[in-house]
Amino acid sequence: MPVRIGVVVFPGSNCDRDTIHALALAGAEPVALWHEQASLDGVAAVVLPGGFAYGDYLRAGVIARFSPVMRAVAGFAGDGGLVLGICNGFQVLAEAGLVPGALLRNRELRFLGREVAIAPERLDTPFTHAVATHGPLRMPIAHGEGCYFADPATLDALERDGRVLFRYVDPDGAPAAEDDRAANPNGSLRAIAGVLNDAGNVAGLMPHPERAAEAILGSEDGAAIIRSLVESAARAANPVPAAVGTR
Amino acid sequence: MTVAERSIEPLHRRLGLTDDELDAIRERLGGRDPNDLELAMFSVMWSEHCSYKSSKPLLRTLPTAGEGVVAGPGENAGVISIGDGLAVAFKIESHNHPSAVEPYQGAATGVGGILRDIFTMGARPIAVLDALRFGDPTDPRTRHLVDGVVRGVGGYGNCVGVPTVGGELVFDPSYTGNPLVNVMAIGLLEERRLTLAAAPGPGNLVVLFGSTTGRDGIGGASVLASATFTHDDPSKRPSVQVGDPFAEKLLIEASLELIEGGLVEGLQDLGAGGITCATSETADRAGTGIAVDLDAIPRREPDMEPFEVMISESQERMCAAVRPERWHEVREVCARWGLPVAIIGRVTDDGDLTVTSNGRELARVPARALTSDAIVHERIGNAPPHRRAAPAPGVSIDPSDRLPERGMDPGAVLLALLGSANLASRRPVFEQYDSTVGADTIVGPGRGAAVLRVKGTTRALVATTDGNQAVGALDPYLGAALSVAEATRNVSITGARPLGVTNCLNYGDPSRPEAFWQLQEGVRGLADACRALGVPVTGGNVSLYNESPAGAIAPTAEIGVVGLLDDVAMLVGPAFAEEGDAILLIGEVTPGLSGSAYAALAGAAVEDGPPGLDLALEAALQSGIREAIARGLVASAQDVSGGGLAVALAESAMWSGLGATTRLAVANSPAVELFGESPSRIVVTCRPRFAPALTLVARQHGLSAEALGTVGGNRLVIELTGAGATGAAEERGSRVADALEVPVADLRHAWDHGLPRALGWED
Repeated sequence: MPVRIGVVVFPGSNCDRDTIHALALAGAEPVALWHEQASLDGVAAVVLPGGFAYGDYLRAGVIARFSPVMRAVAGFAGDGGLVLGICNGFQVLAEAGLVPGALLRNRELRFLGREVAIAPERLDTPFTHAVATHGPLRMPIAHGEGCYFADPATLDALERDGRVLFRYVDPDGAPAAEDDRAANPNGSLRAIAGVLNDAGNVAGLMPHPERAAEAILGSEDGAAIIRSLVESAARAANPVPAAVGTR
Repeated sequence: MTVAERSIEPLHRRLGLTDDELDAIRERLGGRDPNDLELAMFSVMWSEHCSYKSSKPLLRTLPTAGEGVVAGPGENAGVISIGDGLAVAFKIESHNHPSAVEPYQGAATGVGGILRDIFTMGARPIAVLDALRFGDPTDPRTRHLVDGVVRGVGGYGNCVGVPTVGGELVFDPSYTGNPLVNVMAIGLLEERRLTLAAAPGPGNLVVLFGSTTGRDGIGGASVLASATFTHDDPSKRPSVQVGDPFAEKLLIEASLELIEGGLVEGLQDLGAGGITCATSETADRAGTGIAVDLDAIPRREPDMEPFEVMISESQERMCAAVRPERWHEVREVCARWGLPVAIIGRVTDDGDLTVTSNGRELARVPARALTSDAIVHERIGNAPPHRRAAPAPGVSIDPSDRLPERGMDPGAVLLALLGSANLASRRPVFEQYDSTVGADTIVGPGRGAAVLRVKGTTRALVATTDGNQAVGALDPYLGAALSVAEATRNVSITGARPLGVTNCLNYGDPSRPEAFWQLQEGVRGLADACRALGVPVTGGNVSLYNESPAGAIAPTAEIGVVGLLDDVAMLVGPAFAEEGDAILLIGEVTPGLSGSAYAALAGAAVEDGPPGLDLALEAALQSGIREAIARGLVASAQDVSGGGLAVALAESAMWSGLGATTRLAVANSPAVELFGESPSRIVVTCRPRFAPALTLVARQHGLSAEALGTVGGNRLVIELTGAGATGAAEERGSRVADALEVPVADLRHAWDHGLPRALGWED
């Protein structure tokens, strides 16, 4: 039986349908979770999709974190449930304190929609284990507030604990410089594109793997990230071996 | 006019109605005078923008019938069947004057308005294309407008989650003070969900949902859209609406859910003319009337006058006809999406739009008097006396000598063209848009026509916008016809069949005979081209009064085309495909440099006239390329348009990273051969073994096919041979035949940096 994965729908979410499509392609049974519901309907994992939850008025993600569904998501994450936030979903997770850091306005203060290359730092997490190599993955970004920011101590701790999940990389596959406008277009500190929480079960990333999950869309590189989540969720739903933890 | 004079001006004139129009209103009211509220309602509904009173007789000449057309002009959007029970809805609309006054909100609400036209039909919006036209890019005022409009298009489209997949950005001095913001939207629907903007069934409820009604956008249709523009007048700012893309996103989801649930009998968005327009149009279409209870309309501010409520253009509102027993479900859907909803009236059988407050009838007007029976003006069109710019003293009037082609360095000209504001890469603009949300974008902005897959099928939709104001200024008939030819050609070269045309006709003040003649000629060119190419016109919009103190805009028929590719695996793109492929030019060059990017670069008013358009040849070219693609012969196909053959080859090279070595026979003018923009030409590449078959297909369609050379290397080489070439070389003191030879990396550099430099975004 396909594993049930919840996709939260906030008013203003606009990548929920794309995420549901990509999850179904990866063999999951996607379940839409309305922002007002206080239960997660027994799903095995949760995705917070991209968009402009509640219009992103005030600041991206700041209103969404107070929704009933986010209380349930926080509880689920606290119990070790798998949660992936993509783009606006990452912003919501950061506002809710479920992943470290913050997403600031892009360095050039403009919305940016373009393809980027990111490289996974780790291939042993629930979100990356199906990714074949540390080599670059091509997928789009589309955001106005994607500049990853945290204080130096937090950044050092993230690096030390192996919680930097993805970095923007240059055409040679090396981590992009912070001021490399072409490779790290939003100016993220240490070119961080995605992070893990300290327990390793909650991840956020700014690029959109669900838009790069089919060859016809120009890149299938995102499919491995979606597939990792689906397989990890299936294992969590039918726990035989222990789930992957932090190293 | 002084304030004192203004105040003694009768109300109807202050509202933009003429004395004749007041008489016509009296006639439709059985001889009585309209009261002030009724007059305000007539003023918006009889505005040019809502009534098409000047253009209606012309628009009737357009071909509207075609295969699969489910809904045509007169509906909110054209709808064409694409098989499998699916249909595509599409339309283009202008938001020129609001964008001139307040570029961010003007452009944003332009996107919002056209999206509503799409989902009103029951279609989920899947793409936006924006055709933007501005004055001189070095002018600070232009830069302000470009920045605001681009942010507005992005700010709205990105948030609402509809990808911006294409469009245009054109600079022409005629748009100084009157930019054009034309936005096209495309939606996909199940045919059985097609919903029409009608209010049938007397006794049904009239329900308003979405944002509340405020004082923003009072008289947008009449004050802004339907009068000649006297520079940026702050007093007109209240006429610009303010957009809320978050509310629009909720409105999309709620509307589609209402339609999916079969909860509405008819649906209409509120745009120009607000509640007055939505109620009178839906009643007129259904042959019913509507009684509006003014007090039931949710408002965002107190003490609004009845006329303000009735004509407010507050954004993100929808009006539905609902059976009384469905009301609770409708209310629940709206509540779930957090949208205010109210019963504001009832469908009646008396054919009138009535407005009551506190039980008192404030207005009673036949619905059709406001809409289908609105006044129609027979305008007078006169061609201008033929004017030729006098040649500068000492300059030869031999046409080919007017341009610096004798002794020119063709490589330098090519780099200058690629780096010019109109031909350089649009990436700095389109990367401010989300072009991939929806996960359907196969080809996004910047590479010819946009391509979107249709999930669950093998099909793809192909869409483009094109307009040719440079030729339009010289010959408005040809400008419009060329725009149709180029837009459909851009669709055909992907392998797709053009399904239909939507058009945005941007012209000047129709009471000026020359401007009206331009509109007449534009419509004639549009009609002739659509007939010859076999594509129906399924809708569009007319924007007149595009004038500023600096003068009228160049006549601009903006054409949007949607095409259907049955098997997306057969899609062909404009970039070179493989090293070693043969390069062929299908179609022949014809003389004429007027209206070309080359002529603009050379800064000379050319005297040789724009190249002509043979519509039968164009039709043959498009069916020929579609057949060649369907037979699997074609590796890449690129349209020859702005900048001519040299730019077409350069683009195919830059977009693939592959160079090319070509030879071009020059009869007498290297400039015409390299940079001329004569239409009906395609650069095609194929595996060398397919070249004979490809040539044969071309011949069978009565087309010439000339072998140009081979794909490969990292330089673009165009060797010029023949009498014309040698002449040019000798002028330069060179003993070898002319050759253009530029590294692809240099082409790319010029092309990448042209736009940000022109706009002052980088040094």
